[in-house]
Amino acid sequence: MSGRVHPLAGIIAAFARAVSGVQVRWSDGFSETAQQRIYFANHTSHLDFVVLWSALPADVRARTRPVAAKDYWESGVKAYLAQNVFRAVLVQRGAAAQAESEEEARAAGRATIEQLAEALGETDSLILFPEGTRGTGESVAPFRSGLFHLAKRRPDAELVPVYLENLNRILPKGEFLPVPLISVLTFGAPMLVEESESKEAFLERARAAVCGLRRGENAQ
Amino acid sequence: MSDPLESTEHAFLELEGSSGNAQLMCLFGGVLGILVLASVIGVVLKRNAKNDAARATIENLNARTRAWWKMCAIFALTLLIGRVGSLVLFGLLSLLALREYITLVPTRRGDHRTLLWSFFIITPLQYYLIGIAWYGFFAIMIPVFAFVFVPTRIAMSGDTEHFLERAAKIQFGLMICAFCLSHAPALLILEIPGFAGRNAQLLLYLVLVDQMSDVLQYVWGKLAGKHKIAPSVSPNKTWEGFLGGVATATLLGAALWWATPFAPLQAAGMSLVITLLGFAGGLVMSAIKRDAGVKDFGAVIEGHGGILDRIDSLCFAAPIFFHLVRYFFTP
Repeated sequence: MSGRVHPLAGIIAAFARAVSGVQVRWSDGFSETAQQRIYFANHTSHLDFVVLWSALPADVRARTRPVAAKDYWESGVKAYLAQNVFRAVLVQRGAAAQAESEEEARAAGRATIEQLAEALGETDSLILFPEGTRGTGESVAPFRSGLFHLAKRRPDAELVPVYLENLNRILPKGEFLPVPLISVLTFGAPMLVEESESKEAFLERARAAVCGLRRGENAQ
Repeated sequence: MSDPLESTEHAFLELEGSSGNAQLMCLFGGVLGILVLASVIGVVLKRNAKNDAARATIENLNARTRAWWKMCAIFALTLLIGRVGSLVLFGLLSLLALREYITLVPTRRGDHRTLLWSFFIITPLQYYLIGIAWYGFFAIMIPVFAFVFVPTRIAMSGDTEHFLERAAKIQFGLMICAFCLSHAPALLILEIPGFAGRNAQLLLYLVLVDQMSDVLQYVWGKLAGKHKIAPSVSPNKTWEGFLGGVATATLLGAALWWATPFAPLQAAGMSLVITLLGFAGGLVMSAIKRDAGVKDFGAVIEGHGGILDRIDSLCFAAPIFFHLVRYFFTP
């Protein structure tokens, strides 16, 4: 898959970096190896995944696919970009919630996890926003369980927490034009699900890992 | 048959133009000389560094010199392009400075539209007004029109939390980053008798004296700095650095009188004003950074920090210098 880089990809990445003025803070362990990863981050803006994707080194970026809501990315130019440039994995949002029975809900959830595990394939990485929806930027909402199930299903992929700062100020919910402020993107140390860790404990630990990357939470 | 008087006048203008060009080249040559000297000193110091602390300081010094080469090249190029080149350069600097400033200032969701106006309408408009040399409007557009507009637009958003703070912070940002800074390229539209076609030198003069004052205060501070001026605001500012820097930069400015419309003593006075205001600008912007809990406004210029860290002195010096020149040297 990594052989096909759309000619627009580099241009869009450069443009996204310019608009968001993104300053990247890497964790010590991050290297440009072929390691498959699941990046999971807080979600406050439509710019989030584009900026995270743009901040990655070009060859890592070529192997990294954002997970996005099908209903938002399904039409027109957006669909073209999602499919050809970002190679996004489009998932049905709230499929489980809309299901009529608990059985159906479980099946829908399992199908989504299966879809993501397949999307990872042999070489690729994913960008996930486990809050499920965009917040205001003041706090990080509890994580949905998909991250846990995916991590169990694909234990070979490293889980990398990422904190995105200021993107909610650059393009908040409900706005169309970005104010070009400077954003900060912090990659945390990779983590894995512990052998005996419960779903709740892991999701809370993952959420804490993202929050812990906020500047001021730890010594700079 | 051409009118002899007209052709004499024509020849005179040409002569004036070419002497202006020669003077500009002299100034560029001087800057080039300083850069070469700084690079050589950097290499020598690096060889003789004794310990890690000294090496770190010298590495930062050399990073600054490398950045100076790039900044000087960009500035010289835009100056040679002419008024449009300088306006585009300073317009971009205003936007980048405003970006760094607003990033540091806690604005709220309700400020989004006001910020869009500030970045995409008000700041470009300021430079457009200078471009068409409309002095009467460019001098009041931000202090009067934008001043009224900003709180109005924020109020329309309906979010009243910290209202006055938010309005005041955006107004201050526009004043410093857009209004004040735009007075540097505005020097290009002044009509100074006997100085026609040479205004670029005046802009270069302001930037040169202002930035050399920063550099010389840094150098004097590193060499002889002992007594801190305002340790709670900026721990690196010392009386020795301040006095040494101001004195030497003023001497430099006086020595460059031939490139300006000023007599030598007038040039010394103007340079003194530029250096003192430059110091004030640095001090005020340091206080803002200190309040926000950061060391630099950004990290885009290697060794220097952000754009605003580099031009804070110019933001204060430019408008006053502009008005002094306009008041005393234009009809």
